[in-house]
Amino acid sequence: MISELGHFALILSLCVALAQMAVPMWAAQRGWRAGMLLAGQAALLQFLLVLGAFLALTWGFVTSDFSLWLVAAHSNSAVPLLYKVTGVWGNHEGSMLLWVLILTLFGAMVAGFGGNLPLPLKARVLSVQAAIGAAFLAFILFTSNPFARLANAPFDGKDLNPLLQDPGLAFHPPFLYLGYVGLSMAFSFAIAALIEGKVDAAWARWVRPWTLAAWMFLTIGIALGSWWAYYELGWGGWWFWDPVENASFMPWLIATALLHSAIVVEKRDTLKSWTIFLAILAFSFSLIGTFIVRSGVITSVHAFASDPERGKFILLLLALAIGGGFGLFALRAPKLRSGASFALVSRESGMIVNNLLLVVAAFVVFIGTVWPLVMEIATGAKVSVGKPFFETAFTPFMLALALFLPFGAILPWKRGDVTRSLRSLSGVVVLALALSALVWSLQTGGRMLGPVGLAFAVWVIGGAVVDFGQRVRVGQVGLSESLRRMAHLPRADWGKLLGHAGLGVTIFGMAAVTAWEIEDIRSLHIGESFTFGGYELRLESVENRPGPNYAADVGQFSLSRQGIVIAQMFPEKRFYPVQGMATTEAAIDTRLTRDVYVTLGDKQTDGSWAVRSYLKPFALWIWSGAMIMGLGGLLSLSDRRFRLGAAVRYARSAVAAR
Amino acid sequence: MKWLLLFLLWAGPSWAVTPGEMLADPVLEARARVISQGLRCPVCQNETIDESAATVAADLRLLVRERLLLGDSDAAVLAYVVARYGEFVLLRPVRKGGNWILWLAGPGLLVLGGAVAWTAIRRVKMVEKSPELSEEEVRKVLEVMDKMS
Repeated sequence: MISELGHFALILSLCVALAQMAVPMWAAQRGWRAGMLLAGQAALLQFLLVLGAFLALTWGFVTSDFSLWLVAAHSNSAVPLLYKVTGVWGNHEGSMLLWVLILTLFGAMVAGFGGNLPLPLKARVLSVQAAIGAAFLAFILFTSNPFARLANAPFDGKDLNPLLQDPGLAFHPPFLYLGYVGLSMAFSFAIAALIEGKVDAAWARWVRPWTLAAWMFLTIGIALGSWWAYYELGWGGWWFWDPVENASFMPWLIATALLHSAIVVEKRDTLKSWTIFLAILAFSFSLIGTFIVRSGVITSVHAFASDPERGKFILLLLALAIGGGFGLFALRAPKLRSGASFALVSRESGMIVNNLLLVVAAFVVFIGTVWPLVMEIATGAKVSVGKPFFETAFTPFMLALALFLPFGAILPWKRGDVTRSLRSLSGVVVLALALSALVWSLQTGGRMLGPVGLAFAVWVIGGAVVDFGQRVRVGQVGLSESLRRMAHLPRADWGKLLGHAGLGVTIFGMAAVTAWEIEDIRSLHIGESFTFGGYELRLESVENRPGPNYAADVGQFSLSRQGIVIAQMFPEKRFYPVQGMATTEAAIDTRLTRDVYVTLGDKQTDGSWAVRSYLKPFALWIWSGAMIMGLGGLLSLSDRRFRLGAAVRYARSAVAAR
Repeated sequence: MKWLLLFLLWAGPSWAVTPGEMLADPVLEARARVISQGLRCPVCQNETIDESAATVAADLRLLVRERLLLGDSDAAVLAYVVARYGEFVLLRPVRKGGNWILWLAGPGLLVLGGAVAWTAIRRVKMVEKSPELSEEEVRKVLEVMDKMS
């Protein structure tokens, strides 16, 4: 009964979305006030209906209602409650419902908090938002109904994929979707602006918080996914260039570019059509990402949905959204007047370099991801594009970006001076080179990657600190004055510091792990020990221990350094009988400067156990850097200028335009 | 059927490189690891033979080590595997024929985009050089800015 109500709510929400798509757009063209006001109410109603449907499905999972096909296929009565709930989006149908839920949530937020948006802009934005919603709701209802019933309910469900039964992966999809869908707001604002033919600083100020929020969620979502892969897949890799990872990375790269170009529109009233272009492109990559994952067109470890019917539907949707978006752009963008001028050496130009490198990098990821598909369609040849390609073809652009970042960030708006900006960064250059040389002389015959990575990291972090120091005029005014300025600095400046410094931290973590990792593979009898990288690992015991819905071999290792035991480690090898699948649960002893990572393998014929251990220097820094970047986004998002003043200025400029 | 396949893949001799497979000579073993990391497991989805738990991957790992013991160079080992399993197993597509498009896409777009950006920046009217402020004016501006911040 509850499921049928959920299904019905979903059908109603499609009807509401269709009305919300058509009426406010028409009303905005005609200046019909009541029609425009309808948009907000419809957006709220649509959100409540989808929320109802989502809760109904969640109820089905929590109560293990196996008469629902979806629950029977993706859950089991023995699964812990947390994974019953997260099982809702651990499958194709439910994850699409989550997608739409977040989409309508964003729409409702515009309706609820967008009180100071000019009415026609708000009506148009919500109308575009409803068009996206209607398309996805139709997709769910016609090709992937989550509420389908089974005539004969099975006695128990087929279980959630064991790889997904993990806290890291449980919260990875919602964050990614918040990011993907957040970019739909930038898209809707861009389309609405193209229809209105007006892009100004106030518009940019409206778009930036949404982009910032989407970017922040994507950053966290990608970091969570990478961290999950690190501890779950059993060999400690943190990025695999898997198509599904790429699908989330491309929108992130474009969103990063958009974030920066929107600043230029807001502060300098220029780069307008380019920013609109990026807004459309960013959401296009979100849709392409959804397409890649959902259609299973490029199969990968993650692709748990492969159905050509759905693929065709999403392809059509993709063509409409991307084709329509860029078509409108081609028609209207030439009419957007560009505002202020700037010199060749200026922060505006710096932002253009940033945007260019990010877009090219995203394009490399894109072509690498679709290349096997292209080759197969064009020539029938089967080729693979993997990590070695991306490391060669993608990394140079990121290195160029990191090299350029501190310089571009410190240039003043309008017109800068190369020598002056370089001079203020000279201290950082010396520090980076000195530290790099020190590390190079300390390491014995290691790879150059370590020292080079360190130099890049120091350069990026140091550059961010110098830039921040200049903002509070360290050294030019007294210390107390600098501190006072720091306290009064807009939060966006703190966001810039953390965002850029976080990138530096991540760069260092990646380089350090790759350059200085130590691996050891061997078989051990109980009671045996071995040393590696200055640590001693001793296999104390292996026990068979049952879990709630699996059986596990749990090893106990004691980790010691210079004869002192510093940690007990418990790697597990789990077997999930329902799906007949084994997973590894690595034991990781994490410290600030290194992870010790141990996985337990199979029992060998002579009674010993295969053991894989790694020493991973500075592994924690990879995800810490991402979290610092996310925190920077959050701080910037709380800047008071996003809360105040935008509407007043917009109204003023609207009057002036008349 | 899909689950059965998964079962076979996962429940086989699980777990990537096993201690028994490794070569005694650390230099040869290191070369084998590097080669393995560039080869795709033919039945897996985007996994190298070095990471994969599939039986085929284990066979390929042994094959690579066998060839190395016979004195093959790295390139010869790769050629040997490609001759039997096709280009599909190479995770770094060879630089020839249509694949050049893939390899040159990034640099090509950078050059193109750079040229477009360059002309666009040049076209934006240069800021006319405004007359420099006198020291007195600079002092006043700084004073006002101090009050504002």
